[in-house]
Amino acid sequence: MIELQNVSRSFTVGDQQVSALRDINLRLDAGEYISIMGPSGSGKSTMLNLLGLLDRPSSGTYLLDGGNVTDLSDEQQAQVRREKIGFVFQSFHLVPRLTAAQNVELPMILAGIPAEERRQRVDVLMQNYGLAPRADHRPDQLSGGQRQRVAIARATVMKPSVLLADEPTGNLDRNTGWEVLKLLEGLLEQGITLVVVTHDTEIGARAHRQIHMLDGAIRSDEKRVV
Amino acid sequence: MVEGTVQLDMKLTDTLQFASGSLRGSPTRTLLMILAMSIGVASVVVLTALGEGARRYVVDQFASLGTNLVIVLPGRTETAGLGPGMLVGQIPKEITLDDAQAIMGSRAVKRIAPLTVGSATLSRDALNRDVVVLGSTSDLLEVRHMSMGIGKFLPAGDIHESASVCVLGNQMKQELFGNEQAVGQWVRLGDRRFRVIGVLSSQGESMGMRTDELVIIPVASAHQLFNTSGLFRVLIEAKNRDSIEQAKSDAEAIMFQRHAGEKDVTVITQDAVLATFDRILTALTMAVGGIAAISLAVAGVLIMNVMLIAVAQRVKEIGLLKALGAPPKQIRSLFFAEAALLSSIGSIAGLVLGYIGSTIIGQVYPSLPVSPPWWAVIAACGTALGTGILFSVWPARRAARLDPVAALAGR
Repeated sequence: MIELQNVSRSFTVGDQQVSALRDINLRLDAGEYISIMGPSGSGKSTMLNLLGLLDRPSSGTYLLDGGNVTDLSDEQQAQVRREKIGFVFQSFHLVPRLTAAQNVELPMILAGIPAEERRQRVDVLMQNYGLAPRADHRPDQLSGGQRQRVAIARATVMKPSVLLADEPTGNLDRNTGWEVLKLLEGLLEQGITLVVVTHDTEIGARAHRQIHMLDGAIRSDEKRVV
Repeated sequence: MVEGTVQLDMKLTDTLQFASGSLRGSPTRTLLMILAMSIGVASVVVLTALGEGARRYVVDQFASLGTNLVIVLPGRTETAGLGPGMLVGQIPKEITLDDAQAIMGSRAVKRIAPLTVGSATLSRDALNRDVVVLGSTSDLLEVRHMSMGIGKFLPAGDIHESASVCVLGNQMKQELFGNEQAVGQWVRLGDRRFRVIGVLSSQGESMGMRTDELVIIPVASAHQLFNTSGLFRVLIEAKNRDSIEQAKSDAEAIMFQRHAGEKDVTVITQDAVLATFDRILTALTMAVGGIAAISLAVAGVLIMNVMLIAVAQRVKEIGLLKALGAPPKQIRSLFFAEAALLSSIGSIAGLVLGYIGSTIIGQVYPSLPVSPPWWAVIAACGTALGTGILFSVWPARRAARLDPVAALAGR
């Protein structure tokens, strides 16, 4: 469960204060499928960064699974990210010198999980995502769809409770994009909270709950009857 | 919740593996840094090997003078040089042959060789040459570790007997006799005739005295030739290493007594002189090594520079690692691990290069015992590792402090 209470985020650009988020109050329940939509500059990326603990609010409180994570140290926030949050990026962000399997393994290496367990978990995920034949390929030898599947495998390998996807289909063609989206939606069955940031209304419309943002504020928050 | 979870940290082997992976990711950069490091280490190794070689060369030269030597010289001086007495025109009382013989009374003394030195013209028929003449006794051969080529050395017997015999240095024999037989022939030294009874084998230079160019005659003959009665030196060989100090104090006591309670001789031990040279040359070696270590510092700056570039190039990767949950501490240790790996590989390569270099120098100058001292090897590797890690502190901190959002965007 995620709760933002009166969260604001402002940046200093030159000698001007620019508000990216203004007094946001938002509550996301565990297992929800949320899309955040809005034009560029509406604050949706800033929102995602705050939710992912990559950024800190200028004011307000962030509660994750009932605990206040706003004022945790960098080290503690890193640990929360490691254990509870998975990221999927528009540009995949795979490490080019590592193979597909090694990229998936990376979060577990950082977490200090023993090599044997790492190997087993990677094998299972590579099988599930149809990447087994490509396990030893480097990112530049993979297609866009395969790269994003590797990235999703990497984001879920630590079994996070929240998956944050920033324009996950933005660099993919239409068909591949749908496949990737279906893969993400499949994770909902495991009880994950899925947050997808997009400016594509067609993709956003698939979410059970659609949040529209404009000028750093939530303009509408609609739940679709499933 | 956060408090309740067991915090696992990245394993050391994984850290090293990840670091070596990123080093292999940019082979040219890695090779250049290893090269810089290894040149630094190699220059320390080679230069200290040279210094150490020079030190051991000098020590060996001293050892070739004789073993367990104690030397008595006239005049009260702290070291063998100009004493205060000489400056005011005081002439120290000379050491006589009887003084030298009296020193034999000490139990710590194995043998002695009195020395008188002068120069004279050595001639045979029309050939003549100015030579250094050494007046001594039969024991000089043993005391000074000389060896005979042909014939015999000075005969043992009464120290006061001025026999007209001489022993030629190898080069003197060559100059006067060429390939002819020299032993049994007569030569003229100053106004006296001497019969050649032996020729020294060629020994080259030892501590500034070319034995090859010497002529050695009995000490009593030398006194007559130069019209003196004093000795230039008395060389004493102590019974063994442990009795060197005893021999020294005995010699001092005997001379003190014989010279009517005046301390007018100086007794030095070979060990003391040797220790002084040893200290000076060790200091020189360290200084040279220190200068070479500067190149290691330069290599360290290079590592820092390249690491900063690496951080800039890998901004996105660092952002990703942060998003995946790597705390700042972990990012730092990844960069430290890279620096440590570079430095250790550089050190090993440098050691190999250095030893190859030393071996080559040893081949070119066989008389120089070139080998790097152990402390220099340890210091070189330590400095390499130290500078490598020290100069990676700043890049590593910069990487750890990157803002993850900006880093992911490649900014």
